[in-house]
Amino acid sequence: LAHGAGGKATQTLVEAVFVDAFRNPALESLDDGALVDVNGGRMVFTTDSYVVSPLFFPGGDIGDLAVNGTVNDLAVCGARPLYLSAGFILEEGFPIADLRRITASMAAAAARAGVQIVTGDTKVVQRGSGDGCYVTTSGVGVLDRELTLGVLSVRPGDAVIVSGPIGEHGITIMIARGELDIEADLTSDTAAIHELVAALLDAVPVHMLRDATRGGVATVLNEVAQAAGTAIVVEESAVPVRPIVNGACELLGLDPLYVACEGRFVAVVDGSYADTAVEVLRRHPLGEGAAVVGRVEADPAGLVLLKTTFGGTRIVDMLVGDPLPRIC
Amino acid sequence: MLPAQRIRVRVQGLVQGVGFRPFVYGLATEYGVTGFVGNDSGGVFIEAEGHPPALDGFVAGLRRQAPPLALVEHVIIEVTEPLGEAGFRIVPSEGGARRDALVAPDTATCDDCLAELSDPACRRYRHPFANCTNCGPRFTIVTGVPYDRDATTMAGFAMCAECEREYRDPVDRRFHAQPVCCPACGPTLRLLGADGRPMPGDPVTTAVEWLQRGCILAVKGLGGYHLAVLADHERAVATLRARKRREARPFAVMAPDLAAADALVHLEPEAIRLLTGSRSPIVLAPRREDAAVAEAVAPGSRDLGVMLPHTPLHHLLAAQVAQPFVLTSGNLSDEPIACQDADALRRLAPVADGFLLHDRRIHVRADDSLVRVFRGREMPIRRSRGYVPAPVAVPWMFPRPVLACGAELKNTFCVAKGTQAFLSHHIGDLENYETLRSFTEGIDHFCRIFGVRPAVVAHDLHPEYLSTKYALDREDCDLLAVQHHHAHIASCLADNGHEGPVIGVAFDGLGYGEDGTLWGGELLVADLETFRRAGHLEPVPMPGGAAAVRQPWRMAAAYLDQIYGDALPDLPVTNRHKGNWATAVSMARTGTNAPLTSSAGRLFDAVAALTGVRDVITYEGQAAAELEARVDPAETGAYSARLGEDTLIIKSGDLVHAVAEDVLAGVAVERIAARFHNGLAAVVVRAVRELHRQTGLDTVALSGGVFQNVVLLERLAHGLEQAGLTVLLHHRVPPGDGGISLGQAVIAAARERATT
Ligand SMILES: [Fe+3]
Ligand SMILES: [Mg+2]
Ligand SMILES: [Zn+2]
Ligand SMILES: [Zn+2]
Repeated sequence: LAHGAGGKATQTLVEAVFVDAFRNPALESLDDGALVDVNGGRMVFTTDSYVVSPLFFPGGDIGDLAVNGTVNDLAVCGARPLYLSAGFILEEGFPIADLRRITASMAAAAARAGVQIVTGDTKVVQRGSGDGCYVTTSGVGVLDRELTLGVLSVRPGDAVIVSGPIGEHGITIMIARGELDIEADLTSDTAAIHELVAALLDAVPVHMLRDATRGGVATVLNEVAQAAGTAIVVEESAVPVRPIVNGACELLGLDPLYVACEGRFVAVVDGSYADTAVEVLRRHPLGEGAAVVGRVEADPAGLVLLKTTFGGTRIVDMLVGDPLPRIC
Repeated sequence: MLPAQRIRVRVQGLVQGVGFRPFVYGLATEYGVTGFVGNDSGGVFIEAEGHPPALDGFVAGLRRQAPPLALVEHVIIEVTEPLGEAGFRIVPSEGGARRDALVAPDTATCDDCLAELSDPACRRYRHPFANCTNCGPRFTIVTGVPYDRDATTMAGFAMCAECEREYRDPVDRRFHAQPVCCPACGPTLRLLGADGRPMPGDPVTTAVEWLQRGCILAVKGLGGYHLAVLADHERAVATLRARKRREARPFAVMAPDLAAADALVHLEPEAIRLLTGSRSPIVLAPRREDAAVAEAVAPGSRDLGVMLPHTPLHHLLAAQVAQPFVLTSGNLSDEPIACQDADALRRLAPVADGFLLHDRRIHVRADDSLVRVFRGREMPIRRSRGYVPAPVAVPWMFPRPVLACGAELKNTFCVAKGTQAFLSHHIGDLENYETLRSFTEGIDHFCRIFGVRPAVVAHDLHPEYLSTKYALDREDCDLLAVQHHHAHIASCLADNGHEGPVIGVAFDGLGYGEDGTLWGGELLVADLETFRRAGHLEPVPMPGGAAAVRQPWRMAAAYLDQIYGDALPDLPVTNRHKGNWATAVSMARTGTNAPLTSSAGRLFDAVAALTGVRDVITYEGQAAAELEARVDPAETGAYSARLGEDTLIIKSGDLVHAVAEDVLAGVAVERIAARFHNGLAAVVVRAVRELHRQTGLDTVALSGGVFQNVVLLERLAHGLEQAGLTVLLHHRVPPGDGGISLGQAVIAAARERATT
């Protein structure tokens, strides 16, 4: 199960099984989406499956998530999202009313994101062999700007920006399962971020973009530091976390840096444009909480360091599996 | 008369930087032997010519009369042709590819140097850097091998003519003492204000005035910076605590002399031997009731860590202060101690009112060693300055060179080859970047100075330990994952030179188990090669994972929920955490970020919170240490706990249940703490006796950080011995995670020996 948690185990699984089997240049960059040529036009193509529990939660449901998630994967590749497909795997006996609710929110999310769901598929599996409803969406978008987004453009001196307060989706889901005696006035951050991304790309030289989903911001930063062969130094006090999320994380013993978001991204921009980038982001409602959280540095290559509020320097590591205490 | 013979002798072991060549020279003179002696990277080489009885006496003397700091491991002799030369010479050192010579540990100032320090007629009168072949800095200033001045941080100080003469004179105490220097040619002591500006006048005298006014002084020691304040100055000590952002971890105190130390703590003969010995550790001893130390020095502790001056600078300082002063590591909270000047000036600026420092660079950071005496023998808690890098002798071979990477917190690593295991200095908590760097650089340094190219790299089973990840990134070696508690027991076996099999009791905070849960209250049947988990404490969830370690009340919640469920009585701990209690319980019940653990440390945490001793900790092991300190030694009652029937599961919940009932009945904490310790010891003795019945094994190894708790250790060891069992304890390496790497190394070697 650790292989799905989004950390190093996921990375190892992907590299060992899928890249090996399907080897081709578009896949090997391991970005959120693949850049492909279609009749001379540059398209981005991506796919993602959604298996959230519970299916309905404050701020959204699996339908929103499936549309926004795929739109966001296209957006962080610099593409303008156009069309989606939707595949459903339903467990026998899944209530039609729930399915209607999900499709309605998918339609609404698609309309908000300006994309069309143009094809789909449904399969029903036996009772007990599914978790109610799984959704898979694929999406295509067109890349109509010249850019060189990717970890290889990341260099020392760049600024690392987070587009808004982190961890809200993950904590909302944990609470929404209803098993924990905990209350927090919190909703998922699920949202389509393509407009926010476009605004940023229009304004400043962006070197890398990635949405911070499973494994949270910490995992994205580790992937970037490792692939770029640089260090990323984060100021703990600069990381935007709502007090209510912080409180819940403390109670649950979680580090917000590792908690999933569904409407936040990490951008690495030319250091001299850091302030402009934040200004541009903050003008958009989804980017109101944007902040520069750290810098790219040359050393120590491949590591993410956190300057703590106590003045220490802690290593923010890529988790191999579920977080387990390391204390003896 | 028999004709003259000539022999070639190679002496291996700790024979460099300890006055070995002048000793050989003297020995040769004594026996009328001619020839020469020299150092190379393999140790000491000698050619000696003389008549057989004289040669025999000379060779025998190499071992028998060796200088105090030397450790002669091997003397290899081969016969050669006589040359008929006259006289005996000391020849220059040879560098070379082999790296078999040992680097000596840093050694406390010897009596001869101390006498010079207080002799106004001596040119080293009050010289803060005096040293000789019998004492002074070694490990912390060595940058390479062979051990020569050029391979130390004294390389930049050119000797004056007078020092050069002593250095070249084979009969002088300073013959080839690499850090030799004097006021004319050595490092310079300086006193800087908080702003970094140099102060005029004698640095020591002014520094002492500042201390006496209640100032906090950063002092550059052998292995790093310390922070000093007067030990009895309430306000100054409290200020130091506040500025260090360290809530409660006890501070060590330096006493000017043995009498002053004796006025602070009860010292038994072994403690005195350790305090005054050449390794000069901090000795943890029972504090006297009337000890003149401020409340904030060691709150919540019945013990006090004391040490004596171990460098000329500390002697000068202590003599002039003329009373005990706190001397604690120069860092903020969990950072490593500062050892580079610029870094210290920056990091310690918010803490120190002044800096007493000098320009001899520290090459390797080394914390003070910390030991205590248990049953008349030394028990190390932190093995570092003064002990490292002397090898830990074990009676087994390492077929191929081993690197063992240790644990995550209180990390040490170990490199081993042949019959020697070099356990590193205390590295610290690897999650801190500076510490991780000392870890990787330390490994490189050890491999270089001991000429080890690791073919086998052993690491912990925990996938998230940074030491594990480091091991997995190494190339050109065989990897071996070692279970944490097996490594603990193996470290105890190595400590005692015992091969096993034994019954192992491994009690600690947490270690990754073979089943993916967190172990820590384990009964193993183990030898060096393999182990079987024969029993353990009953697993409980840790609501919040690492948060449950920082907040012992969460462990109380987890235990109490297992005991009482929804029928939880009205306990003070529940009321203190009303707002979060239900969440912790729900996490425990649903397994939400609540990994299961059989940890003994977490059991102590639960009891500490339940009895109101401590709900939240600021340093590792704090709750357990404070619970131990509350034990009423006169209380003989013991809580009882059941043992599982088929497997040896210790129902630790029974102990917690009994604690809760006594809390409800209003029994004093001191009695509860005692009954808990007694009860835990008793049930472990019962479990071990059952294992003894099953296996026939009659030796029991006790290891793991929980056994720093001497109340538990004494009761358990006593109970086991009453049952006719032999108990193995730690005497040379710490029972805690500082000993893990040695355990990993000897396991790796045993597996190799078994398969080849
Ligand atoms: Fe341990
Ligand atoms: Mg995705
Ligand atoms: Zn000396
Ligand atoms: Zn001199």
